[in-house]
Amino acid sequence: MATPVLDKADAAGQPEPGFADSPYITVTFRVRRFNPEVSAEATWEDFQLEIDPKERVLDGLHKIKWDVDGTLTFRRSCAHGICGSDAMRINGKNRLACKTLIKDINPEKPITIEPIKGLTVLKDLVVDMEPFFQAYRDVMPFLVTKDTNEPTRERLQSAEDRERFDDTTKCILCAACTSSCPVFWNDGQYFGPAAIVNAHRFIFDSRDEAGEQRLEILNDRDGVWRCRTTFNCTDACPRGIEVTKAIQEVKRALITRRY
Amino acid sequence: MSTTETAAPGVGPVEGTPVYTVENPAPLIEAPRKRTKKTPKSTRGNFELAAWLFMRLSGIVLVVLVIGHLLIQLVLDGGVSKIGFAFVAGRWASPFWQVWDLLMLWLAMLHGANGLRTVINDYAERPNSRLWLKALLYTATVFTILLGTLVIFTFDPNIR
Repeated sequence: MATPVLDKADAAGQPEPGFADSPYITVTFRVRRFNPEVSAEATWEDFQLEIDPKERVLDGLHKIKWDVDGTLTFRRSCAHGICGSDAMRINGKNRLACKTLIKDINPEKPITIEPIKGLTVLKDLVVDMEPFFQAYRDVMPFLVTKDTNEPTRERLQSAEDRERFDDTTKCILCAACTSSCPVFWNDGQYFGPAAIVNAHRFIFDSRDEAGEQRLEILNDRDGVWRCRTTFNCTDACPRGIEVTKAIQEVKRALITRRY
Repeated sequence: MSTTETAAPGVGPVEGTPVYTVENPAPLIEAPRKRTKKTPKSTRGNFELAAWLFMRLSGIVLVVLVIGHLLIQLVLDGGVSKIGFAFVAGRWASPFWQVWDLLMLWLAMLHGANGLRTVINDYAERPNSRLWLKALLYTATVFTILLGTLVIFTFDPNIR
C-alpha cells in the first residue's frame, strides 16, 4: 500500500500527519446539572471531550462519568436503544443518547444535554418517571379476556389482524414522546402519547376483549381529546412509531363507537 | 484522551463532609404533578368528545357561512359602500337571512369560545387562573349570543 507523501511545505502549519488521521475531534458537552443537596437551581456545565464523532452521545456521557466527573448522574441500561432508559433532551430535541451519533448533531457547536421536560428532575439527567408510568398503568396495558379458564391452545390471529396494531407494539416506554408534548408540559394530567400508544396496542388487538373499557378510560377530560396534533411525539419517537396517527385512530374509534 | 473541565457551579464534592445527615435530611422534592387526594378519580364523560366533534363540524359549516357573508357584505354589488341601515333592514326582512345570521352568530361564538376554552386549559397553569379566565369567557359568550339573538329577532326597520 502506497501512502501519499505530503511535501514539507504543504504540511507546514498543518497538524502532524498522524494526528490528522486521528478520528478524534474536540466536542463540548453542555450538560444541565442539578443536585438538590447543593443548590435548588439547575446550572449548565461544559465538558470538553476528545471523541470520535462516530461515537454516540452516551459514549461521551460515559467518558465524562468515568474519567472526568463521577457525580454526573444519568440513566442507561442496555445502551443499545431497546431498554428506553436514556431518553434525554439533546440539542433541544428528545432522543435516546445511545442512538444519537455525535456526527449527526453538529459537533462544531456545544451539544446541550438536558433531562426530559415535564417530569420532576431528581438529579442531573434523572427524572421521576412515576407520573408517566401511572398513566401507562391506567390504560391496562395487558391482555384481557373473558374466559376464566386457562387457555388450552394458543390464541390464534391472522397476519392482517396482527398487522393492525404492529406499529404500536414497538414502544419501549422511554417517555421521549410524552415529555415532548406541550400539553403534558402544562399540568401533567394528560395521559400522554405513550399511554395512548400502549392502549392502542390492545384496543386494536383482535384477541383482546377490553377495548371498550380502554376507550372509555381514554374518553377522559385528560384523555385523547387533549391531543392538539402538534406531532412533537411522532418526531421524538426513537422507534419511529407514528404516535399522532395512533392517537387519531383512538379518537376515530371513540367517535364511530358513539355515532 | 484529554479532557478538561470548566466551571462546575452547583456541583458539590463527592467525598468530604456531607451537607445533609440523617438528622438533617435533604429537602424532599415534591412532584408538582403527582396525583393527590384532590385529583378527581375520574373525569370521564362524553363532553370532550362532543366538543371536539363540534369544533370540526361547526368549522366546516362556518367556512360556507362566513365566506358567503363576506362576499355579500364586502365584494358583490358595490362592495362595502352599499352597507347601510336600509341594506341591513332589507336583508333581515327575509327569514332566510335571519336564520343565516343567527346560525353564524351561534356557531362562531360557540366555536370561538370552545377554542379559547382549550387554550385556557392548555396554557393557564393554576386552577384559580383557569377558573376566572373561563368565568370571564363564558360570561362574555353568553352575553354576546343573547344580545345578538335578541337584535336579530326584535329588529325594527321603522325605528327612528
